[in-house]
Amino acid sequence: MAVRTEPFVLNMGPVHPSTHGVFRMRVTLDGEVVVDIEPVFGYLHRGIEKLAEQRTYAGIIPLTDRLDYISSMNNNFAYCLAVEKLAGIKVPERAEYIRVIISELQRIAALLIAVGAFLNDCGAFFTPFLYMFRERERIVDLFEMVSGQRLTYNYLRAGGVSQDLPEEFLPALRKFMDMMPRFMDEYDRLLQQNEILIARAKGVGILPAEQAINCSISGPVLRASGVKWDIRKDDPYSIYDRFDFDVPTQPAGDCYDRYRQRVEEMRQSLRIIEQAMKQIPSGPVRAEVPHLIHPPVGEAYGRIECPKGELGFYLVSDNSIAPYRCHIRPPSLINLTALRDMVRGWKVADLIIIFGSIDITVGEIDR
Amino acid sequence: MKFERYGIGIAKGLTVTIRHLLRHPTVNQYPEQRLNISRRFRGNELIWNREKCTGCGTCAKTCPQGAIEIVTATDMAENKYIVDKYEIDTGYCIQCGLCVEACPYEALYFSHNFECARYRRGELVQGKEEMLETPQRKVSGYFYPDKAQKLPGQTLLVEKITEKR
Amino acid sequence: MMIVDFIATGQGHFQAIPPDWPGGFWWHWLFFTVVVIGFVLTMVMGVIYIERRGMGRMQSRLGPNRTGPFGLLQPVADAVKVLLKENIVPAAADKLVHWLAPVVAFAPALMIFAVIPFSNGALLADLNIGILYIVAISSVSTVGVFMAGWGSSNKYSLLGAMRNVAAVVSYEIPLVLAIVGVVLIAGSLSMNQIVVAQNIPFILLQPLGFLLFFAAGCAEINRSPFDLMEADSEIVAGFHTEYSGMKFAMFYLVEYAEAVAISAIICTLFLGGWKGPLLPPWLWFIIKVMLVFFAMVWTRTTLPRIRIDQLMAFAWKFLFPMAIINLFITALQVLAGWPTQLMWAMIIVNFAVTAFMVLIWSRFFFRLGWGRIEV
Ligand code: SF4
Ligand code: SF4
Repeated sequence: MAVRTEPFVLNMGPVHPSTHGVFRMRVTLDGEVVVDIEPVFGYLHRGIEKLAEQRTYAGIIPLTDRLDYISSMNNNFAYCLAVEKLAGIKVPERAEYIRVIISELQRIAALLIAVGAFLNDCGAFFTPFLYMFRERERIVDLFEMVSGQRLTYNYLRAGGVSQDLPEEFLPALRKFMDMMPRFMDEYDRLLQQNEILIARAKGVGILPAEQAINCSISGPVLRASGVKWDIRKDDPYSIYDRFDFDVPTQPAGDCYDRYRQRVEEMRQSLRIIEQAMKQIPSGPVRAEVPHLIHPPVGEAYGRIECPKGELGFYLVSDNSIAPYRCHIRPPSLINLTALRDMVRGWKVADLIIIFGSIDITVGEIDR
Repeated sequence: MKFERYGIGIAKGLTVTIRHLLRHPTVNQYPEQRLNISRRFRGNELIWNREKCTGCGTCAKTCPQGAIEIVTATDMAENKYIVDKYEIDTGYCIQCGLCVEACPYEALYFSHNFECARYRRGELVQGKEEMLETPQRKVSGYFYPDKAQKLPGQTLLVEKITEKR
Repeated sequence: MMIVDFIATGQGHFQAIPPDWPGGFWWHWLFFTVVVIGFVLTMVMGVIYIERRGMGRMQSRLGPNRTGPFGLLQPVADAVKVLLKENIVPAAADKLVHWLAPVVAFAPALMIFAVIPFSNGALLADLNIGILYIVAISSVSTVGVFMAGWGSSNKYSLLGAMRNVAAVVSYEIPLVLAIVGVVLIAGSLSMNQIVVAQNIPFILLQPLGFLLFFAAGCAEINRSPFDLMEADSEIVAGFHTEYSGMKFAMFYLVEYAEAVAISAIICTLFLGGWKGPLLPPWLWFIIKVMLVFFAMVWTRTTLPRIRIDQLMAFAWKFLFPMAIINLFITALQVLAGWPTQLMWAMIIVNFAVTAFMVLIWSRFFFRLGWGRIEV
């Protein structure tokens, strides 16, 4: 007698402990094995692209904070790059350095959350997550000092940054930089070689390099598959060509590699900040830009390497005070396209960690 | 590492957690134990200087949320605007700070106050009188470095050495 | 008078009731029923407090510290909160099964304590097959859990219940085999006799058995790293997803009562139970239970969770053969009379065997499970 099982549909989300927001998946299961999944988006849709068409160029910056709320500074950065390209604004030297320091700090903070949430999905009951939040707290403290806010910073402006760094910032950053490598070693001691984590994550959810390129995956997920592609190196924006840093890659493209990749990238970010702190000049931090920018008719695409991948803003101007069209290329959404192929045939528990290792923010997917 | 996967990973992890048991926790207990917030803190209220404001309306135009409402009348004798109504709905305000940056006459500031919860939505609307500077409603140093100097320095977690290692 | 007796009795055989009392058996029965229920409830509160505070400190937090001095009343506050909650039963639930499940799960957890000695002879029923009774009773909880999963007609609950049944069925075997080693050395199935037989704690004679029992016990009662029956990041809360109010409180109680039970069994079998110098025996017993429970909290804080197929493979490919080897070695040693004459040799040999086995299994741990399935 052949044993036959009925596949059944499990509705994961939108309210579920580990869907990282209000993301929903319809999962078809055969016992514990995932046969098929169908992501359902749109629970956090706020119409940011459309709203942007009615706002002034400066008024869009607070909106970009709310895209990927874990890495607001990077979103500001990408948007400001697009506006500067569109309006031909030259950014002062000191502002460029501030931007680099701030956005690398933000990268560390966002990657800490990504790694912490991934390990939490693996079942390490909140311990790595809380340790990493502790370090993120230190970064957020610094951001509060410069911008006055802890989550939606709204700090960068077209043509620079809103205000100069306060004088206590650089000494505090120095202290942070001295502490951070020790903390990162501690995280590695906590779980890097843990046998259970290796059993859970090694070889799980492999994304081949070829498929990653075909799906236009970017960021740590792509680099963990062994593709050396980092916009900071390959299409340098701002002043990234002045810094000496490596683009780490991992060989296999499984969940464990994506986790290691993020940790390696944090170390590289620390290197960049170290150099930027040494080189930072004094001077103005904001170019003379009118409050209401009227860029000439045209279009521009500004992109940066944000913690999740390539974040791009495509702006079309019709010479009015608001963009005619604003399109956002969210890395989370595009990285998610490979999810189905990665999880098929794995178990429910693997679905969660594969999904966690992609590291999405729903605010960015639904926009 | 030569000694991978001989149970060493688990043992190392266990030492890290047990060491944390002996360290000071990082948290602080909010209502009793207060930290100083940033000097540039963007509080939940705005502070308005009645003398300096000319009623130009730049702040209202810049606000992306449309949270500021200004009604002015012309004072022919003095040749200036009289601000009849100046209201900010802090329920809509996202504390972005663009209005403070935009004000050409330095008449608008953030407050350094963060415990501004109310029981009803309507109470969130700040009228002219509720926007003036008082000893309780301190001015924050956001965009005004000279005002920032007067405020106490921010408590930083990087300076709080809780870990001995 | 009875209480005084209970506290004051040292190593001598404990008698709550003078044997010449009329109806002495029933008095004994009543007294220990009260003691067992009181013990379980207070210990559950104690371990919840230990878990939350200890875990908080290990995670660089404080843990609950608002209710009462040092937050000691937090379990009480939790209980009151949960009892005042509305009792929600899903519309599609099988009402009777849904209602009965917490009771079915709770009763066995309490019954285990009937044979746990708190002091010499101080136990509800000194069964001469005590350990067999525990093994038999403890797996009945699974029926309650499966009823909960089935009765709530929720897919997460069902997944959790299935996982639980699978885990308990597999882990019974290494659990029992680990116990047999102890029984061989002690030469008795009665819990009290096993404690009396421990001139040195059996953890020294049976280190591998202790590790096996600890791992299998954690899996039986869904403690991390085997907590995948209620893995909150995967299947929300597993079998008790659809429970609220009093019934949820029952499941919560079951979870911790079982944790206390496993800790109590571990310290009876391996750590010398109530034996110890200076302090009264019941205090030694409680201290040891708390220590074992703390070890569980410690592993829970540190380790990630393993997957269902790895859980199965771990039971059958590692714990089971290791338990067999342990049993074999112990049997040979007992046959040779080592436990009485060559105790030090037995300690050395068994520790060497343990270290060797643990190193070997962790070397191949990552090969557990069967990975991807083509669909
Ligand atoms: S802070 Fe921003 S949202 Fe609030 S009133 Fe000013 S401009 Fe408007
Ligand atoms: S911009 Fe400044 S001066 Fe003009 S109306 Fe607003 S507060 Fe008054």
